[in-house]
Amino acid sequence: MNILEFNNVTKQFGGLTAVGNVDFQVAKDSIFGLIGPNGAGKTTIFNLITGIYHVTEGEILFEGKRINGLQPYQIAQLGITRTFQNIRLFKKLTIYENILTACHENGNYGIFDAILRNGKYKKQERIMHEKTQTLMEIMGLEDRKDIIAANLPYGWQRRLEIARALASNPKLLLLDEPAAGMNPDETLKLMTLIHEIRKQFKVTMIVIEHHMDLIMGVCDKIMVLNFGQKLAEGTAQEIQENKKVIEAYLGEEEMHC
Amino acid sequence: MDWFYIQGILILAGINLLAVLGLSLLTGFTGLFSFGHAGFMAIGAYTTAIMSVKLHLPFIPSLMIGGLIAALVSLLIGKLTLNLKGDYFCIATLGLGEAIRLILDNVQYLGGARGWPGIPLKTTLLNVVIIDIIGIIILVNLIRSKHGRNMIAIREEEMASQIIGINVFRYKMISLMISAIYAGVAGGMLGHYLGFLQPKMFQIVKSTELTIIVIFGGLGSISGSVLGALVLTSLPEMLRTFAQWRLVVYGIAVIFIMISRPQGLMGGHEFSFHAVKKIISSMFYRKKQRGLGGR
Repeated sequence: MNILEFNNVTKQFGGLTAVGNVDFQVAKDSIFGLIGPNGAGKTTIFNLITGIYHVTEGEILFEGKRINGLQPYQIAQLGITRTFQNIRLFKKLTIYENILTACHENGNYGIFDAILRNGKYKKQERIMHEKTQTLMEIMGLEDRKDIIAANLPYGWQRRLEIARALASNPKLLLLDEPAAGMNPDETLKLMTLIHEIRKQFKVTMIVIEHHMDLIMGVCDKIMVLNFGQKLAEGTAQEIQENKKVIEAYLGEEEMHC
Repeated sequence: MDWFYIQGILILAGINLLAVLGLSLLTGFTGLFSFGHAGFMAIGAYTTAIMSVKLHLPFIPSLMIGGLIAALVSLLIGKLTLNLKGDYFCIATLGLGEAIRLILDNVQYLGGARGWPGIPLKTTLLNVVIIDIIGIIILVNLIRSKHGRNMIAIREEEMASQIIGINVFRYKMISLMISAIYAGVAGGMLGHYLGFLQPKMFQIVKSTELTIIVIFGGLGSISGSVLGALVLTSLPEMLRTFAQWRLVVYGIAVIFIMISRPQGLMGGHEFSFHAVKKIISSMFYRKKQRGLGGR
């Protein structure tokens, strides 16, 4: 079953076609890789899914329902969340507060419940705190609880952003270059983390990445974009052998006489 | 100094404090700067006065209606302007504040620019203190709930807030509305303390004063706002000895404090007995060590 479907989606900025007629399906519980040279339209696709940009033509289906035209927060409430290429944490808050804030969907008490501090408020707050605690443990952040997010090393900021995304119980998680700026060792750890997340949270993932080791290592299916067009789609093996892909990345083979 | 004079300063500080608390939620916790809160105060002041003078309602219900009407106006304005980003919202509120003042200047039924005397004096130190305490409790409870956290998230990073499912527009609206209620009630109390209302009292100077107090106390700190309101309202009175140079000294004092403590008096931290204990014990500890070293 497909959790996400793109049907002939086009996005134009004035005369520029950032994404043109792209079609693809993401199977439930899979990890889907999105690769391509810089400016190919990968992040634009994420922005279209999360409702930050609006689709010019075509439709995006999430669990069979059309989601283009919805506001970003509505899409998030349906169960799609993401991380950003340039990390966007709540910088002045601690790690704990970052995750706790993202847990807000786990309670539905109103403003008056909060002002009166009644039973409903207390019960749901406890659930949120417990959930935050568990997430901190799974992500290995529990001994850094009170550190201000902006003071964390880069790799840990990425990790925190993923933890924050998981706090809102997503069904589909979009990772935008999670390994950018990481050294090989950190990248390896990230790979284990992605496998771990898939096992623990049963969440479908779409990953944009330039580290081919990571993409080839974790993804069930990969799509290659170039100039906003779909170039190829298939398993890691198929992509590596695809002539068009090699051309896009390395240029055309010269003919020698 | 006699008690009547001190009481007067305390009441004015308490009224300012209430307006500042509301603005603190909007500016300090939600990250929206407003230069039109005197407008909401004016609406609250005049509505409360109409209720108690023309319709002969008791004081507390009049105050509530004053706050509610201010909230309604803020809803209307918020719907139109809250999609604006940063500075643009700030300018829109500035226009709003001045527009409300100019409208009141021209409504002869409410005294127009000449003012409206003869409002019953019902604000006492006791009811100011009670309302302030209720205001503080409500604000603290709100900030420590998921709603408060969502507002802080919006202040920190709007895009990321959307992505984790926070309805940014709705929360900005709620924040603006609550702050307008606070300002409205503060306005109502001001009218019933002075016994006289004049649109001139709610000029942009008043709005900036409120914003200055919030920044001065430290953005994102309720105790900072409380401290700021008390200090900055009583400071001009303490400077009476400087006669006509009073406001100059006041300005210099504010500039000096902002230079030496740009993050505000409390700098985003809250007052807590736990923290005070820690500071005191660390002071003792240091003294002891110094004492030992001396020997």
